[in-house]
Amino acid sequence: MNRPVLQAHGIGKVFSAEGMFRAIGKDKHAVADVSFDLHAGETLAIVGESGSGKSTTARLVMRLLEPSAGRVFWDGEEVTALSAHALRPMRRHIQMVFQDPFASLNPRMRIWQSVAEGLRVHQPDLSRQERRDRVAEALDICGLDESGMDRYPHQFSGGQRQRIGIARALIIEPKVLVLDEPVSALDVSVQAQILNLLKDIQDKRGLAYLFISHDLSVVRHMAGRISVMFGGRVVEQGKAADVFAAPMHPYTEALLQARPIAHPAERTQAATSKGADEGLAETGCAFRTRCAYTREDCAGFDNVLQHDTVACLHPLHQQK
Amino acid sequence: MLEIHDLSLSVSIQGQLVEAVSAVSLTLEPGRVLGLVGESGCGKSLTAQAVLRLGEYQGVTRTQGDILLDGQSIFSMPDESLRRMRGGKVAMVFQEPMTALNPVFSIGSQLIEVIRLHLDLDKAQARTRALSLLGDVGLQDAEMLLRQYPNALSGGMRQRVLIAMAMAADPDYIIADEPTTALDVSVQKRIIALLRGLQRERGLGLMLVTHDFGLVAEMCDDVAVMYAGQIVESGPVASIFDRPAHPYTRALMACRPEVGEVGEALQVIPGQVPAPGNWAKGCRFAPRCELVRDDCQLAVPAAERWHDGAHAARCLHVPEAS
Repeated sequence: MNRPVLQAHGIGKVFSAEGMFRAIGKDKHAVADVSFDLHAGETLAIVGESGSGKSTTARLVMRLLEPSAGRVFWDGEEVTALSAHALRPMRRHIQMVFQDPFASLNPRMRIWQSVAEGLRVHQPDLSRQERRDRVAEALDICGLDESGMDRYPHQFSGGQRQRIGIARALIIEPKVLVLDEPVSALDVSVQAQILNLLKDIQDKRGLAYLFISHDLSVVRHMAGRISVMFGGRVVEQGKAADVFAAPMHPYTEALLQARPIAHPAERTQAATSKGADEGLAETGCAFRTRCAYTREDCAGFDNVLQHDTVACLHPLHQQK
Repeated sequence: MLEIHDLSLSVSIQGQLVEAVSAVSLTLEPGRVLGLVGESGCGKSLTAQAVLRLGEYQGVTRTQGDILLDGQSIFSMPDESLRRMRGGKVAMVFQEPMTALNPVFSIGSQLIEVIRLHLDLDKAQARTRALSLLGDVGLQDAEMLLRQYPNALSGGMRQRVLIAMAMAADPDYIIADEPTTALDVSVQKRIIALLRGLQRERGLGLMLVTHDFGLVAEMCDDVAVMYAGQIVESGPVASIFDRPAHPYTRALMACRPEVGEVGEALQVIPGQVPAPGNWAKGCRFAPRCELVRDDCQLAVPAAERWHDGAHAARCLHVPEAS
């Protein structure tokens, strides 16, 4: 296979307790030992709840945050140690789409100016008219009419703003899009439109997606591979079809069971599984206080992935 | 019984009154869960807020119709009864657990304030009640929680606190506006189970405002689907899921990611909800409807009823299978 367009080798991030927090605080390991390869044309989903480290992982591979450990490669080139200045021309390779289409566009800039920002950095020689033409093209790909180019963000709906956010990422023709919860702020009906659009763009242009989400129903439609994160670590990873059919980590199973039902006939009596709603254990397996299957030896587990597949002493299904 | 009769509401847009809710009628009985479903901008939250007369502070005007709480019009209530009704008889749970609590007061002081506002209890009794409410909503370490501030709580815990607050005065009805939308999927399921449990135990009437048919499938007994300010379909939940009649209901159900087949494009509803003031003359869904015919543009369809009048849809061409 071709070389991966995005690679993470054992990346980690520690937020250390500094300044006024030094006395009371402990270092917080937000992400530890995350590795993956992403190839052109494929989608890898990173799934997990708030606080699982999935968004931090996205920011680390984007180099929006400085990794405390590990190495990041864009298109085969290591970017972990590059300065912000040296990184700048390389950013055309990888772009990000944010969750909140209301917050991620500058309200005082016209749409075309927001979308063209990347061009001003990466292709500064273009004339104004050339830039406007490129914007029109990007908007068209995202299903927006160029007549909206001179309007302001508040004149667009949430779904349209997310299309604008995607156009802005696409305009410099990156190879990788990092999508951080791109549809979770949208209505179900608009969600479907945006997911279809993303699929369509991927099919046509062979982009690779790193798709961050807490919603497995959405992920099922988008991803070929899944990494499930919990407490800053990957607890299960594999082909999406395998993970959905036979989850091995109890947390993955809990996530799958939490998906909305399709018909009232599927209602189950009081879905109150054992353990706490939220939070993680400080020692041993991080999930053990919420796990329905926890045993004594879980208290001594080191949370490391076994056979690159699952981080659990008692997986629910055998390794394939 | 909570009855909304023929209610129309207008909002003020650039100084002009524009109709945003058109002749909505709904009935919420004690012990039932009614889902009010539709996309953003369909008027469902305005309708729900009208039950507590909250819209009045945001320039929403009632142009016709009435809301009756156990036979009494809430629009003719004196201020004092209105104040006691809000939170006392009818309580509300909002979408944003992150903003609905005051960050500078402890959980205890906020919860006890609500309790003492509605019940004639001294501080110690109110505190005891606060502890038992927090237990009812599944929160552990209630003693410690009372002393904590909202920033120390996760989203799921805050939503549980807000539900405890809504339960403070033992209301008969709860209006929940997208109560789980801002939460993680795994927490959503638990909040749903909690709401459903409390509702059954206490025979509450629950009005659930949502854009998500998954939540409706999970919780509701009855469903009303809103589009562009009108109720376009209503009926018992099983009937709505088995025989959805209005093309909008069908489309809204079909675009859910848990329904579609992997590898196929998700179904979509083309276009978007028209803003108040831009509604089509005839059927308001006609511009986005796949099954639109000429006569749909002419007149606003009346609600057709069948199945003993329980299931109704506002469509001229209800498909045969319904």
